[in-house]
This record gives sequence, C-alpha cells and structure tokens, in this order.
Amino acid sequence: MGGSILGERVLRKEDPKFLTTGGKYVDDLLDEPKLAGALHVTYARSTVAHGKILSIDTSEAASMPGVVAVFTAADLGLQPVPSSFNPMATRTLLASDKVRYVGEPIAAIVSTTREQGEDAAETVYADYEVLPAYTDVMSAMAPGATLIYDACGSNVVFDTTVLGLPENTGDDFFKGCEVVARGMFTNQRVAPCPLEVRGSAVAWVDGRLHQWISTQHAQGALAPIAGANGVDPSQVRILTPDVGGGFGAKIGAYPEEVLLGVISSRVGKPLRWRETRSESMVALGHGRAQVQQVTIGGTRDGKVTHYQLHAFQDSGAWVDMGTILAPFMTRPMSSGVYAIPNIECRTTSVVTNTTPTVAYRGAGRPEATAAVERAMDLFALELGMDAAEVRRKNLIPKFSEPHTTVVGQTYDVGNYEESLNRVLAAADYAGWRRKQAERRKSGDARQIGVGVSVYVEITGGVGNGEQAKIEVLEDGRALVYTGTSPHGQGHATSWAMLASERTGIPMDRIDLVWGDTDLTPVGSGTMGSRSLQQGGNAVWSVAGTLVEKAKKVAARLLEANEADVVLDTDRGAFHVAGTPAVARTWAELAAAEKGNGGLSHDEFIGVPGATFPFGAHVAVVEVDTETGKVTHIAHTACDDAGKVLNPLLLEGQIHGGVAQGAAQALLEEVLYDADGNPTTSNLADYGFISAAELPSVTVVHMETPTPVNLIGAKGIGESGTIGSTPALQSAVVDAVSHLGVRHIEMPCTPQRVWAAIAAAGN
Amino acid sequence: MKVSITVNGSSREADVEPRTLLVHYIREHLGLTGTNIGCDTSSCGACTVHVDGESVKSCTMLAVQADGCSVTTIEGISRGGEMHPMQKSFMENHGLQCGYCTPGMVMAAIGILDENPSPTEEEVRIGLEGNLCRCTGYHNIVQSVLAAAKK
Amino acid sequence: MIPASFDYKRAGSAAEAIALVGQHGDDAKFLAGGHSLLPLMKLRLAQPAVLVDIARIKDLSYVRDAGDHIAIGALTRHREVETNPLLTQHVPLLSHAASHVGDPQVRHRGTIGGSIAHADPASDLPATTLALGATYVAQGPNGTREIAASDFYTGFLESALAPDEMLTEIRVPKMNGAGWSFQKFNRRAQDWAIVGVAAWRRGTESGVALVNMGSTPVLASSVSGAIAKGASVGDAAALAAAEAEPQSDNNATAEYREHLAKVLVRRALEQASA
Repeated sequence: MGGSILGERVLRKEDPKFLTTGGKYVDDLLDEPKLAGALHVTYARSTVAHGKILSIDTSEAASMPGVVAVFTAADLGLQPVPSSFNPMATRTLLASDKVRYVGEPIAAIVSTTREQGEDAAETVYADYEVLPAYTDVMSAMAPGATLIYDACGSNVVFDTTVLGLPENTGDDFFKGCEVVARGMFTNQRVAPCPLEVRGSAVAWVDGRLHQWISTQHAQGALAPIAGANGVDPSQVRILTPDVGGGFGAKIGAYPEEVLLGVISSRVGKPLRWRETRSESMVALGHGRAQVQQVTIGGTRDGKVTHYQLHAFQDSGAWVDMGTILAPFMTRPMSSGVYAIPNIECRTTSVVTNTTPTVAYRGAGRPEATAAVERAMDLFALELGMDAAEVRRKNLIPKFSEPHTTVVGQTYDVGNYEESLNRVLAAADYAGWRRKQAERRKSGDARQIGVGVSVYVEITGGVGNGEQAKIEVLEDGRALVYTGTSPHGQGHATSWAMLASERTGIPMDRIDLVWGDTDLTPVGSGTMGSRSLQQGGNAVWSVAGTLVEKAKKVAARLLEANEADVVLDTDRGAFHVAGTPAVARTWAELAAAEKGNGGLSHDEFIGVPGATFPFGAHVAVVEVDTETGKVTHIAHTACDDAGKVLNPLLLEGQIHGGVAQGAAQALLEEVLYDADGNPTTSNLADYGFISAAELPSVTVVHMETPTPVNLIGAKGIGESGTIGSTPALQSAVVDAVSHLGVRHIEMPCTPQRVWAAIAAAGN
Repeated sequence: MKVSITVNGSSREADVEPRTLLVHYIREHLGLTGTNIGCDTSSCGACTVHVDGESVKSCTMLAVQADGCSVTTIEGISRGGEMHPMQKSFMENHGLQCGYCTPGMVMAAIGILDENPSPTEEEVRIGLEGNLCRCTGYHNIVQSVLAAAKK
Repeated sequence: MIPASFDYKRAGSAAEAIALVGQHGDDAKFLAGGHSLLPLMKLRLAQPAVLVDIARIKDLSYVRDAGDHIAIGALTRHREVETNPLLTQHVPLLSHAASHVGDPQVRHRGTIGGSIAHADPASDLPATTLALGATYVAQGPNGTREIAASDFYTGFLESALAPDEMLTEIRVPKMNGAGWSFQKFNRRAQDWAIVGVAAWRRGTESGVALVNMGSTPVLASSVSGAIAKGASVGDAAALAAAEAEPQSDNNATAEYREHLAKVLVRRALEQASA
C-alpha cells in the first residue's frame, strides 16, 4: 500500500511550463485566433487630483498616426453607476463631470499599435477648474472641506454608527484604569504591486463577448461587464489566463476592463489593453491607508481591561472595497488574541483625492492586528514589562469550542499561547534579549531590537462554500473544475493532490480548469485566504462522491453488489473485495458512462463559516543609531493554518507574506505631494522590497485543525503579512527604546528612526 | 531599420523601428513571450535575458543596439527537453509562485553563478538586487540559487 | 512604456560620432550603454530626435596603465571597471564603487563614460572620480582637450562638455596604497544613494567627494583641508557638508542628508585611515 500524499512536500506540477516557456499571461495571447487583428486601447488619465472638467480636447489625438478612434464618456454615452457600498456615490467609468484623483481615466484611445496609443495619449488635453485636493482623511473630514461626491453630503462615506453601533465614549471609558497608554498610528497606504500589471483583451464572436482578464475572480467580473455592455450575462464569457499575482488588488473589475467590450463594439474589432507600471501604480487599487486612534488601559500588574480604537479608513477617490474593510474586517478582529473585557471600536471611512483603496493581502486584519499589537507594546513600555510577557498575561486561553470576543466575533479554535511559546523558543528570544543587553552595554552604534507579535485573523470570510466538478475522461485522465482562481498559490498541484488521494488517479493525469465562466460558472474566486478551506474542501468532497458514483458503475460492469466494490487507490481501479485480479479502471468506467453523460460529479459544497488562523512572529533588527538605518536580520514565524496539505506551498505563502509585511514596516509607502500628485508612481521611486533587504525566514510548524470544513484547513495566504508587520515595527522601536523612543511610524525609514532618536534625546 | 540578431542559437532578421525595445522585439516580433515586462524603470528585472552571455534588462536596450549580438531567453536554456540545472533547482525548491518574475529571475540567477560559482547567501541576495518578486519573499529563490551552485 | 520616436545613427569612430551630433545639433544625443538615457526616454522625460550610437566604437573600451595614472576608455562597462586587475590593483576605490552601481544587469551594459557624461549627482562614479582627482578627456570637432573632474560638473545633469563633444577617456591617478572607503547609504540595494561618500587618505593627503548632496557631485574640500592641517577625523568630518547644498525629497530632508554626510564621511575617513 502506498501512503497518503496529503501533508507531503509535493513539487508543483505547473512549474515546468513557467520555467521553460513562461506562463501564458493575458499579454501573451498573441496566437489566440479570436484576437486576430486586435487593436490596442490606451487610456488618457487625469493629471489633476480634484477638478471640474471644463472640456476634453481629443482632436489632436484623433489625428495621430495609427489612431482609429478616441472616446470620452460623452462619446460613449456613459451613465453614472453607483458604488456597491454607498449608492449615493456615483461615477461614470470615464470621468465626465469631475476628476477625483491623478490617474483617473478620462478618454480611451484605440490605435493599431500600442506605441501609437502611447504617443496619442500624451496629446489629450483636458481643461479643469481645479478644486482643493485632499490626500489624507483628516483634511478631507475637516469642516468646510470641498465635497468629493456632492450627493454623499459629506466626505465620510461609511461609519459604523450607521450600522447602529455606538460611538466611542472617549477618555471616560478608561476611568478606573491604573495604567493608560495612547497613540495615533498611521497604517500607511501601500501599493499591492503584483509583478504582472492589469491587462485584458476582448472579442465579440457571434454576438457574444469573450473577455480575457488578469483577475482573481472571473465570475465576479461577469455581471458588471454584462451590465456595461447591456447584454444578458449569458452573452459574456470571461476567461482567466495565467495571472501574475493579485494580492487582493485584482478582485474587482476595473473601469478600464469593463469598458473594453463597449469600445470593441464601437470599432468593430477585437481589442487588447495592458497598462504600464507607471499607470498601474496610480490606477490599480491601493491597500491599508488607515489612521488609528488607540487607547489601552489596565492594571499595574499587566492585565488589559479596556481597549478603544477609532479607525479612520482612507477610501481613496471611490467608494470601493477599501471602504468596508474597516467596519467588516478590522472591527471584528479588534480584540485580536486577547481576552479584553471592555472594547470600543468605531470605524469611519472617508473619500480623498487619491487612488481608490481595495483589498490588499490581509485586507483589514493587518490593520486590526497592528493597532492592538502597538497598543500592547505601549502598555508594556508604560509598565516596564517584557513585550512577550504582557502578551502572555492577556491571551485568550486555549479553546476548542467556539469563543466569542466582547466585540461579538466568534473564533473557531485557538491555542495562542502555544504558538507564542513555539516561536519564542525557535527564535531564541531569550538569547536575543541577552545579545541586546550586551549591545546596549557596549554603547555600539548598532543596536539590536526584538519584536513579538501574536495575531489571529479571519479567513474564508468570503463565500459560504465553493463549487467543484471532477470529470473522468475516457483515457482515464481527470479534469478538476474549480470556482477558485489560482495566481501563484499552486491549485493545479493542491487540487490534484486532493483528487488523486481519493480517486487513485495519478496527479500527473489530473488537470485543473478555472476562471472560465462557461466551464466554471459558479465560483467565488481566490481571495481572503479561502481557496483551500472552501475550494479544496469542495474538491475533496466531490472526489469522494465521484468515487461512490463510480462504484455503482463498477458494480454494474463487474456484475457485483455495489457494497462489495472497493477502490484500490494505488492503481486507480475498482474490484470486488477479495478479487483484485478482476478490476475496472477509471478509463473503463468513463467509457461505459459515455452514453449516460459521462462520469463526473459537480456540486457546491457549503461551509458553515469562516476560520481563524493564528500565530506568532519574532522579528530581529539591527538599527544603526547614528544613521537610523534598519536591517532586518532574523525572522521566525509560527503560523497555524490548521491541517496542512502541502508544507512546501504553505511555507511559500508564509515567506511571501512575511516579505510583504516587512516591506510595509520598513520600506513601502505611497506618497503624494500637497496638490495630490503621486510621487511614488514607478518602481524606482516606490520602495518595492528586494532580496537584499530581507533575511531568510524560519518557519515553525503548528497544526490546530478547524472543525469548520472536512479537511481541517484554515487559510495561510495572508497570515505571514499580518504577523510580520507589527513584529518588525515593534523590533525597530525596541532597538531604540532605551534611548527614550516609544513609537515610530511605518515605514520605519532611516530618517524617521533618526528623527525619533533625536527627538527622544531632546 | 534592419537588424540581425541570433536568438537562442538561430539567426533572426527583422525590420524594426529604432525605438523598439529589445524586449518588445523578443516578445512581439519573435513571439517568445516567456520574457516578461514588469516595470518602466529598469527596476524589476522580469525582462532579464542574456546578451552575448551576460545578463541584461531587455527593456533598457534597443533592438538596434542588439544588432549582431547573440541573445538567450528563458526558452533557450533547456537542452534536448531537459531543463537547465537552474530551472530544475527552482522547481525543486519551490522558487516560483505566480511565475511572472521567474524567467528573468532564472536568467539573472544563471548570470550570478557564471560570475561567482559558489556564492554565499548574502552574495546571492545582493546579486538578485535588480530582480523583484512579489510572491515568494525571495526565500526559496535564494535557496534555489544556492542549491544550483552546489550541483 | 516606450520612447518617443527618434532617428538612430550608428557611429564607427569617435570622429564620425562627433560629426553626426554636429549635424543634428541640440536634438541629438550620444547613446553608449543607454542605462541613464533610455529610462528617461521611456518615461518621456527626454525626447531626443536623433540618437548617435557610440557603443560600437571598439577603441574606446580599454583599461591601460599610463604610468602615474590609469587610462580608462569611456565605453568601458561598469562590470569591467569592477573587475579589471589594473583597476582593482591601482584604483581599488573606483573598482569598488563600480560594484555598487545599479544592479548586475545594469553593470553589464552601463559605461563609465556614459555615467560621467550624464553628470547625475546621485550617481556613484562621478563623485568617485572627482574624489580621486581624475581628468576627463573630451574630443570635439577641433580635437581633444582635458577637463579636470573638479571643473567638469556645472549643474544638475550638466557638464562642461559642448553638445558636439564626446567624453573619450577617464584618467584616474594611481592610489599608490592610499587607504580608501566607499559609503553608499541607500534605501534598497538597487537604489541610488540617498547620500554616498568616496574617500581616500594617505597621511595628510586626502580626497573626499559626496554623492547626492547637491546639484552636482560635491568635492568636500573643507574636509581634506582640515585633514591636511592635522585635524582629527571627527573634527574634519564635521565639515562634511560645508560645500554641499542638498535637496529634500521623499527619502531625506536636506538636514538629514547633512547629518548623514557627516556620519558617513567620518566612517569613511576612519576606514581610509586604518
């Protein structure tokens, strides 16, 4: 008997293609027959952050070589569409009355070559009446601020108070606390930066729109695209080629994508569109962008009794998904891993004249974790207590039955102290504290800092299950159809492992189908760390049902009782128990079912709810106290994602998450000048982290399976990001806390660290 | 303007606009789409190929500058259906996720070992300074390069 | 992103290149490795009408021992500057600085002459050759002339080169065993320096130049003056920003840059004095 492959370090079956000829990304569809003769679309974009459009002159662009057509909102007859999250906010997909951020599309140019489109876009002239531009939530909320959406009546576009949740009570809340610490933190705006920028291509074939998009969720793009084109959803087919990363920013369909079908029908030709990185940095959604007013109070012996958070979420210039992450992701997780008896949490989402914010790896939970972890550090500093000890004192004890926090969020299973213990041991926390003490004593300019974070997050909060279908072909191969949508996560391998385990069909004979709305019409895509726990779970369940179905067929062919038929998964064959020599293979069963519609099973497998992965990180930094330069020298992560299917892929997710989290803590920030012009709009200016700024990561395994699904899996895609950022920030502050520094804003740039040291010394 | 460039061992002739970047020539004129474009500023290295045996960012070179040169892309490093040791090492060490940076990363990694056959981890990290990846956190890419060096 | 359209001319010799640029006037630019110019052209921050490709001029890529100095052909690539045995032996500060330019791919294509002629105060090699007291050789329609590095940089991305003059050689005095240090303080390994320092010292003689501390590379003459008079490293380094006029940007305020210059010059001199 062969053993189970579940839990094994199985290499990825999709890799040889990526390594030899490269993936087939949307810009690589050069030989797609439906796109033969395609023209190129280039969008001209707003160059001012906030202004009334007085006129748009496209005449010069229209006369440029190779330009076939130029369209403004008026040319296309575009009507305002409301935001899904606040219907009072409306916009046309090309700006018509107003522009609200630099980079907002104002006109579409159709040209024979992409080069001609770039040349022509430079000659689209718009005349604006410039309005005051707001690049931060506080100025946008200030009394008398110019409204960005007049119909909203305010630049505040969502507040937890409209959900009936109470306002925060201010300092009164902390009466009776022996120790109180306060802070105002910026969880800064960052750019998701998938290495592949956005791109799409369209072709109308016999009245039906075929659209390829680099997306995390083809099924979700279908309705808005059908709506914009005025056709029934059945007349649209969305196809997902290989996708070069998403990180949340490719969940929703963007105006540039939604409009392509409309433009294509005007010019009567297939179209291709691909943004440049400089466009992507201002027009692909941004992440985070939260200002947090935090107060924490408790007893002198280190017990936290009260915690208050007011999160101000920067929505950017559209009421997009970023708006609702604060109320629906940050607030529910505000208690973190701690048993805090009294919590107040209000969130306020505000539009500004910046790129709209969307989900970005972690999406609301990194913000919640950063707030409470920073609060814990301040509390520990106030008490003079070790950062790990103050956390341990306040952790929710191990629980295997659902636990509900005082903010009303129910967690599935948790063993936070164990993850803390494991990470402290693996990181040699005590050893680093000794080294730190020695370094401090020596007076060396290079000081050591150690940061600890403990977190719990919510995954699989999107979707209540997933669709899966497995079809066995007559040659014995199998196709797995999934509603999830891989873009680096390795579903081709993972879903094949699950299907192979149950069916005995070898992994190399199982192929994955995804992201094609004709073939996988139902699906919630890949986001919110949901794929394995919902999509993989569905594949596991469907594979089991398929085996049962196959046993019926085998029984018929073997002329045996169904109850006597067994599946030998070592060779993928069915036989009567005790007589393995007479067997029927999957290929034979599939052939036998040819007349009955084939051998397959297709089902939506529901799950009762989200899962709550948790863990703890230890980051170690060296800080040059003369220059402020921070070097990340060690990182240890214990992330408990429940039952592990493939440790190789799990570790890869953690490594990547840690790097993105470290990038936010130390390097990356989207910046605007006072007029709202972006100043980090390419990868030379934006501090996208590289290998040279990172240490290797030590991963500590821990598995606490969830009862929420059949396979015991929780999400892992975002954990690394959530745990690492606060650990890093804490480590930087810790390195210089003996100099009197209590807090340094992210990213902890050399200048900020130097300034904090200088300020503390004065 | 006419250019003659040897790509993956075979001589190719084409008529290109002077402003055609080498990466556009490779992708659009030759249809070799393994080489990707990730930025506008020579920052990300997704377009890394070898020109006369050295790693180069093909977005920062004109096709006319490569006239008469020998160019190797990701499609040109397997031999007889057998992956290059660096390709194998990336597979064995899970050095790729979405795959977009991968061709440039592999070509840059081969270039590192050409110049320094037994690098330290730090030398690999510094050697990859011009290649950005958003998925892997570089951990397994670095491991892939170190493992390939040991072979 | 792609550059705006331009005409492309390939020169076989320096004389031909100079003649070609002369014909086309201000609209023409020399193209060497292209690693300074092409990124600007792609972002359309530069739109020359004509590019004269000089990279094929074979006799401008060399490193020669010229007695008291090393002569480097302008088209010598950074990677060659980094590894050439004559340079690593006689001008190790320059070789080391070249190893910090851009990233490996950039160093394979970018040239020392291109970097110097571009005159970017944030680049490593202009300041390094300035610290070393280099002399640049320029060829124009009327022959060649020598320009001291200290006279070369006239403004932001501006040099003493006439539009139809081409940088052909960089002459760097041998260091003769002087101690040296190159300090590059940057955000990411691939980035330009926020502040950089190239320094050498032999007894009371020294040369110190600063990267990204003004509109041109900056020779920190006050520091060398103090060292010449016997000042301590600490006292000399306190004068690091005397000649600098740094700008503020996303990465650093002018005040922080001045602070960094003092710290880095002190460290550089400590290392060069050891």
